[in-house]
Amino acid sequence: MNFYDTNLTQVHNDLVNKRISVTELTKETLTNIKAHEKDLKAYLHLNEDAALKEAAALDKEGVPADDVIAGMPLAVKDNILTKGLTTTAASKILENFNPVYDATVVAKLNQHHFINVGKTNLDEFAMGSSTENSAFQTTSNPWDLTRVPGGSSGGSAASVAAGEVLGALGTDTGGSIRMPASFNGIVGMKPTYGRVSRWGVIAFASSFDQVGWLTQNVKDNATLMSIISGQDKHDMTTSDREVPDFAAELNDSADVKGLKIAVPKEYMSDDVDAGVRKVIMDAVKHFESLGASVDEVSMPNTKYGVPAYYILAPSEASSNLQRYDGIRYGFRAKDVKNLEDVYVKSRSEGFGAEVKRRIMLGTFSLSAGSYDAYFLQAAKIRRLITNDFINVFKDYDLIIGPTGAHPAFKIGSETEDPRKMYMNDILTVPVNMAGVPAMSVPAGFSEGLPVGLQIIGKMFDEKTVYKAGYVFEQTTDFHKQHPQLGGQN
Amino acid sequence: MNFETTIGLEVHVELKTNSKIYSPAAVEYGDQANTNINVIDWGYPGTLPTLNKGVVRDGIMATLALHGQVRHHMHFDRKNYFYPDNPKAYQITQKDTPIGHDGWIEIEVDGKKKKVGIEELHIEEDAGKNTHSPNGFSYVDLNRQGTPLIEIVSKPEMSSPDEAVAYLEALRQRIQFTGISDVKMEEGSMRCDVNISVRPYGSDQLGVRSEIKNLNSFNFVKRTLEYEIKRHQRVLMSGGQIVQETRRFVEATGETASMRSKEGSDDYRYFPEPDLPPLTVSDDWIKEVDAEMPEMPGARRDRYVNQLGLSDYDAKVLTQTKEMSDFFDETVKDGGDPKRVANYLMNDVNSYLNDNHIDLPETKLTPDHLAGMLKLIQDGTISTKMAKKVFKGILEGEEPAEYAKAHGLIQLSDPAQLQPIVDDVLDKNQQSIDDYKNGKTRAVGFLMGQVMKATRGKANPGVANKLLMKSLNAR
Repeated sequence: MNFYDTNLTQVHNDLVNKRISVTELTKETLTNIKAHEKDLKAYLHLNEDAALKEAAALDKEGVPADDVIAGMPLAVKDNILTKGLTTTAASKILENFNPVYDATVVAKLNQHHFINVGKTNLDEFAMGSSTENSAFQTTSNPWDLTRVPGGSSGGSAASVAAGEVLGALGTDTGGSIRMPASFNGIVGMKPTYGRVSRWGVIAFASSFDQVGWLTQNVKDNATLMSIISGQDKHDMTTSDREVPDFAAELNDSADVKGLKIAVPKEYMSDDVDAGVRKVIMDAVKHFESLGASVDEVSMPNTKYGVPAYYILAPSEASSNLQRYDGIRYGFRAKDVKNLEDVYVKSRSEGFGAEVKRRIMLGTFSLSAGSYDAYFLQAAKIRRLITNDFINVFKDYDLIIGPTGAHPAFKIGSETEDPRKMYMNDILTVPVNMAGVPAMSVPAGFSEGLPVGLQIIGKMFDEKTVYKAGYVFEQTTDFHKQHPQLGGQN
Repeated sequence: MNFETTIGLEVHVELKTNSKIYSPAAVEYGDQANTNINVIDWGYPGTLPTLNKGVVRDGIMATLALHGQVRHHMHFDRKNYFYPDNPKAYQITQKDTPIGHDGWIEIEVDGKKKKVGIEELHIEEDAGKNTHSPNGFSYVDLNRQGTPLIEIVSKPEMSSPDEAVAYLEALRQRIQFTGISDVKMEEGSMRCDVNISVRPYGSDQLGVRSEIKNLNSFNFVKRTLEYEIKRHQRVLMSGGQIVQETRRFVEATGETASMRSKEGSDDYRYFPEPDLPPLTVSDDWIKEVDAEMPEMPGARRDRYVNQLGLSDYDAKVLTQTKEMSDFFDETVKDGGDPKRVANYLMNDVNSYLNDNHIDLPETKLTPDHLAGMLKLIQDGTISTKMAKKVFKGILEGEEPAEYAKAHGLIQLSDPAQLQPIVDDVLDKNQQSIDDYKNGKTRAVGFLMGQVMKATRGKANPGVANKLLMKSLNAR
């Protein structure tokens, strides 16, 4: 079983009509995942026993006809807490950490009886753009096993791209859903900040982190997003805005006629690969041919996004990650003499190089002597970048551009140069700075590798983003192309 | 050389809310260690704080009670530091936008009144508690972690230890009357840090200050300040310089000792708390809290003097604690005569509390029982002497009339019942009658004693005396 060229509704109908049982579907999904794992290394922990138990229970009760994800195998990024199932954030400091509660997003999915097949690999604490920063394994890109799947939700993206599941949860702090979606030729949506609860999501940078989905297609993404969205009493930063059925208008009558779309010239600079730019220019023409109007605009503060982000996000991270001190849970170093030893050795041995780098960056940026020059300046830039979006959205419905400046790069090619690695986020970070929703959809290929189109919407206007993405997808063939993998395909 | 002293105080007050400031765990004292906690208090991965609105309400009330301004728009800040009693490794507090600012309280020292300014009030969370055992292990109890606190920072406007203590007393009294905290220093629900500097008299520059942390009694505050003034003066007179540092009070010696200098102090890396959205307090909310404000001590004193006819002194004594003042009001409401209630509370009740080192709520005494007992005295049902016994009963929660009856403490006031007893005593003591007739008035005392003895002390002395004299003179 693989999930290419199908969708939630089709699989759901097969389950309801008993053309396949939940147990069979779950078993086949797990078999397929295991067949690929040697090549992909997308999963940190499979949830085989519990998944099959849940499947058997559902088969006994019958899959409810009105619940599209009941019995649906889906995957969860391993920085999202799952009660009783090891959750590590791909860090040694949380190796064997067994949560006592479910994240709100997982609890919501559980209410709908989804089948959690396992926990996907990521960059340690979601800090990275390649999934190479995992303390446990490096995930490969199914299109080219010598290349990275992007990050930090690389495990989720690789699994979806390999047809193993219809959807996988990811988190996006500076591009961690959209960038891997782009690298893997799939759909990835980061909703508006405040749309989805962060309760039970291991914090990286609290004012940026947001949960979203990586999926085979746009409509499934919209369907799944409606399920996990909404105000949560456990997360005061969630919005009380009503959550629409994001998929409701994604049908044959959807169109983009009259939509006003902006392309920031800063998103199409020479820093972006020519092959990527061509794909995006073709997408622009395509939208125009469908009746949308597309104009070039300027978002002048875009270039400050990465430098400011790499002050603000590490600052928050340096504080958020202080709780991993070896005292109450997680890894504790051996041979310690006193309290300071517990702190210093546990953290020195428990955290990887990139996490330490960011803790140091953040600690420095917040320290008494540098706060004004770094944190405060970066916070001001965040406001300027937000204003760029506000200004453009006065006149336009959507902003489009590339998700990444280039396609997936070779494993190991950028690990020696953190600054080069950070620049991968240049087109995704501004979205997190402003909190607006954005999605990457497959838009073509460059050098045989997938290229994603980024569609950015107004605050809480995921609906328009989904509509444009859906129409683009349904009028192009890029999403129908899949990587050739070994194993049971 | 003459010196002048400048003192500022930072006071932490623990609030009496049901649940913690950022988690739904209960705020309870004395429970088994680590039972009033949840994943938030543990600093568990993925947890987020949720703000207890009751704490904001109490912050508004404290601000209003201290004549301060309530801020309309505020955010929270993180103060970062590692310590085992601080599981997140940061405290969520208000650094940039405290909920209250620019208040004042009036103090009185040696008959002189003075207003002391309050710089700011902010709400924040308490840490857990570390216990260091002689076996080399340390134990962490997180029950207190997340208990809501209000920190009240005075302006540096006090100039003597007596003023500092007067400020603390006035502050404790006002906060106590709002009902938001027990403000008991001995139990840690009120804690004090002092800042002190000394400069040559007339100098236009403040001296270098010392901070002395965690003083847990008014007496320690006073002794610390007295010691520090002398220490600063000694150093300055010998031409030395005071180092800016944090010190602690050593109870055994009555001296202070250095903890850390400014250079060695932590860099708390404050930044705005991203997990809590900015908070807006509306005018309506402030008005609502103001309407709930209990009567403050000053207003109560005025009422006691002007409406109930108490003396200034009595009014002041009764309003020293909210417990006593509330008890007084309730007892008067239950029918007690204000002056009698005041006397009983200030004398018998207070000496009982002092002798036993307990507070009013720890007894089983209730206002309606006290009012009931005072009524029994007033209508002659019991004597003031018997009342002492009845008082012991009502301290144990007994109903006064029932208790008096059950223990035979009801006075014999009925002349019809007393007359035969008087007659009987006179019949048996002809000698005393003769003595009386011969002008020995002492004989009356003896005869009264016989009447009391015959009634086992229950005779109403007034009534009995009247009957005795009448019968005596008739013989």
